[in-house]
Amino acid sequence: MWIYEKKLEYPARVSSTNPRLAKDVITQYGGPDGELAASLRYLTQRYTMPIPQAKAVLTDIGTEELAHMEIVATLVYNLIRNATVEQIKAAGLDPYYADHDKALYFVNAAGAPWTATYIQSKGDPIADLHEDMAAEQKARATYEYLINLSDDPDVTDTLRFLREREIVHFQRFGETLNLVHDWMSSKKVFY
Amino acid sequence: MNNRQSALLRIMELEFAAIDLNLFLDTHPDDSCALTDFAAVSQELMKAKAEFEARYGPLMNFGFGLNQGNTWRWIESPWPWEVNFNDCKPYGEE
Ligand SMILES: [Fe+2]
Repeated sequence: MWIYEKKLEYPARVSSTNPRLAKDVITQYGGPDGELAASLRYLTQRYTMPIPQAKAVLTDIGTEELAHMEIVATLVYNLIRNATVEQIKAAGLDPYYADHDKALYFVNAAGAPWTATYIQSKGDPIADLHEDMAAEQKARATYEYLINLSDDPDVTDTLRFLREREIVHFQRFGETLNLVHDWMSSKKVFY
Repeated sequence: MNNRQSALLRIMELEFAAIDLNLFLDTHPDDSCALTDFAAVSQELMKAKAEFEARYGPLMNFGFGLNQGNTWRWIESPWPWEVNFNDCKPYGEE
């Protein structure tokens, strides 16, 4: 089961209302390389992992991604919370406003809703861990693009933290892949 | 920043260290240096959480808090998305 803790993993600071930035940052909430996709991918792949380290890594990184989803939601919520309808229109966020007001919804930067087709769960640990490593690099790249687009130094600080975590996760998945390869060669199964 | 926020930040720092060490231990389960660090951080974290929960109410629900006689405060604001670390007031009270 999961237990909720009433705190963020890292402070999500926002210096001022900025619906234009919210429109971009929301892609890490419900976009193809966002935190919802990351957490659901790892938490559903863990069941068929063959070794203890892999089950633990997918459970723990999948759980940390849920905390990152909460950080991204907090950024978006506070970037649009005080926005006027005029500001929302000027930022091009009016189609989102028409459907969701200022509520949080899982969409990418262009407004397309989240879909399970963003992720895969193959049952083959080599295939799944390669997908996970690629996912971490794609999330890292997205955070870099968002940092390029950010004109709020406080938001940039939080985006930097999230970018850094993708690098650590990539490292842990790489180690896990090596451990799975060792386990396979010890079983004399060759791929 | 008010006292609640600095106490919360301290917990966030310690828990982040614990999270990162935990992930490292997932792939290096018998690394004795990391195990020692984890034990130290986790002890500090438990102490900081006990002090915070006594003063400001539960951080965790479903019986995972320390039940310091203030469970009724679980529903109190600020929730995590309402904490403004930039100044002394929660976002909702600006
Ligand atoms: Fe990640």
